[in-house]
Amino acid sequence: MPYLELNHVSKSFGPASVLKDVNLSVEQGEFVAIVGFSGAGKTTLINLIAGLLKPDTGTVKLNGQVITGPGPDRGMVFQNYSLLPWLSVFENILLAAEAVNPGWPAAQQAAHVEKYIAMVNLTPARDKKPGELSGGMRQRVSVARALAMNPQILLLDEPLSALDALTRATLQDEISRIWSEDKKTVLLITNDPDEGIYLADRIIPLTAGPGATLGASFKVEIPRPRDRKGINHDPHFKQLRREVVEVMLNSKQDRHTAITRKLVLPDIEPEDLSGPRRRSARSAPIRRHEIKEESVEVQP
Amino acid sequence: MNNAFFKKIDWLVLPLIGMVVAVIIWHILSQTLSKDLPSPAKTWSESRDYVLHPFEKRGEMDQGILRFTWYSLILVAKGYAIALLLATPIGFMLGLSKTFAKAFDPIIQILRPVSPLAWLPLGLVLFLGAGKNASELGALFTIAVCSMWPTVLNTAVGVRAIPQDYLNVAKVLKLSRTKTLFKVLIPATLPYMFTGFRLSLGIAWLVIVAAEMLTGRPGVGGFLWQEYNALNYSHIILCILTIGLVGFVLDRLMSVVERRFKTA
Repeated sequence: MPYLELNHVSKSFGPASVLKDVNLSVEQGEFVAIVGFSGAGKTTLINLIAGLLKPDTGTVKLNGQVITGPGPDRGMVFQNYSLLPWLSVFENILLAAEAVNPGWPAAQQAAHVEKYIAMVNLTPARDKKPGELSGGMRQRVSVARALAMNPQILLLDEPLSALDALTRATLQDEISRIWSEDKKTVLLITNDPDEGIYLADRIIPLTAGPGATLGASFKVEIPRPRDRKGINHDPHFKQLRREVVEVMLNSKQDRHTAITRKLVLPDIEPEDLSGPRRRSARSAPIRRHEIKEESVEVQP
Repeated sequence: MNNAFFKKIDWLVLPLIGMVVAVIIWHILSQTLSKDLPSPAKTWSESRDYVLHPFEKRGEMDQGILRFTWYSLILVAKGYAIALLLATPIGFMLGLSKTFAKAFDPIIQILRPVSPLAWLPLGLVLFLGAGKNASELGALFTIAVCSMWPTVLNTAVGVRAIPQDYLNVAKVLKLSRTKTLFKVLIPATLPYMFTGFRLSLGIAWLVIVAAEMLTGRPGVGGFLWQEYNALNYSHIILCILTIGLVGFVLDRLMSVVERRFKTA
């Protein structure tokens, strides 16, 4: 039985259809990446799984249970970190830990939080406010917060899209390491096919919106641990990337958007500048509608 | 004098020049337009007792200016506290519930522009049964009712402006209602609330004069009205300057507090 299952899920906001007939099944312990254009509905998809949105039709099931609302069993890492700026790193994570383990004594709670701060290498910054941290550090806090909830599944909503390339690479490796350590089910949403292939067991392109849906899934059969430098020369990687990008691009070409636009041409007859310039009495341009119709019949 | 030196001290020199100009205009007015307006010199000579012995108590309505100010400040503090205690929850409800906002926004918009002079008689009527405390309770009522609106509206705006991200965090963590309120809603709204608090304090201080004038309570406003009736016009100017100065100091203090909370 699949662990996370989406059956014919559709979602529209008003008249705009965002997701149409999305089917997905993820096994326990699997790392699945979903790649799509920005604006295709990736965040909507993950919000549906998180329970922040309800599908119009279809069902979202986790472990056989229909998801009805948000819950701490799904750890979410938001695209824009979503840390509370008035709480320190420690307090932000503690808030999540307390929500999941309400009965724990304070000391155990603190030790639990410290463990996850250490896991993302942020121990020196434990008492800093999010405003004092760099983007990459904030994102790591966000990851630690999600992990501290000890969720059954980790939902990563474009977690690295706001970071520079180097920080991005570091955090990719960190996510990969954390995943290989405790083998959680992970659903990664990204706009970068390379990132998806590098990290995931399976990569699924999301077609272009509106009315986006998931395409065929591609299994990534590159052995772990994956080598960042070597992977670029791996023929399987190259082929996979070509295929994924192709699916995404084709889906975009399929969509014809018809735009009707009324073109109003200027009512001016271009001046003939080729001949000798004459100083004519008329300085205003010649209006097309003022030109007298003239027909010349040529006798053969 | 070189230019750089002047730039360095112009924060002090320019306001002083402005004040001197104002005093000169005042002096000219008192000599030409209205002979009844006390000149600056006369104002000072008649008020110096009140200023130089600011805490002296010679009689119920004849006390040092700071003593009067102190009475007024205590009354304002009480009324302002009532206003904040009422206004903050109302603001939260307006911000959180669309139904509540739709139901009560019109009445708030109608009551908001009503002058303190209009509220005060109603306040006195309300507390007629309280006997000798009626004037104080009436004054408190007026201060509270007039000064609560900026806090109500700013809090409501602040609650509505909380980013969806923070609310999503609260939802994903399944925080309880009280925890959501104290860990997310209130911290996120604080900067707006403090802007409201500052505006409210300004209004509360405006209202005090009207309230004291009409109730005849000892205080800066009461003193002002009494001295008008006693034809001591220079004391009116003393009171006006005191009220203005205290209002300015209060506003500065609040803006310092406000800035501390802006970091959130």
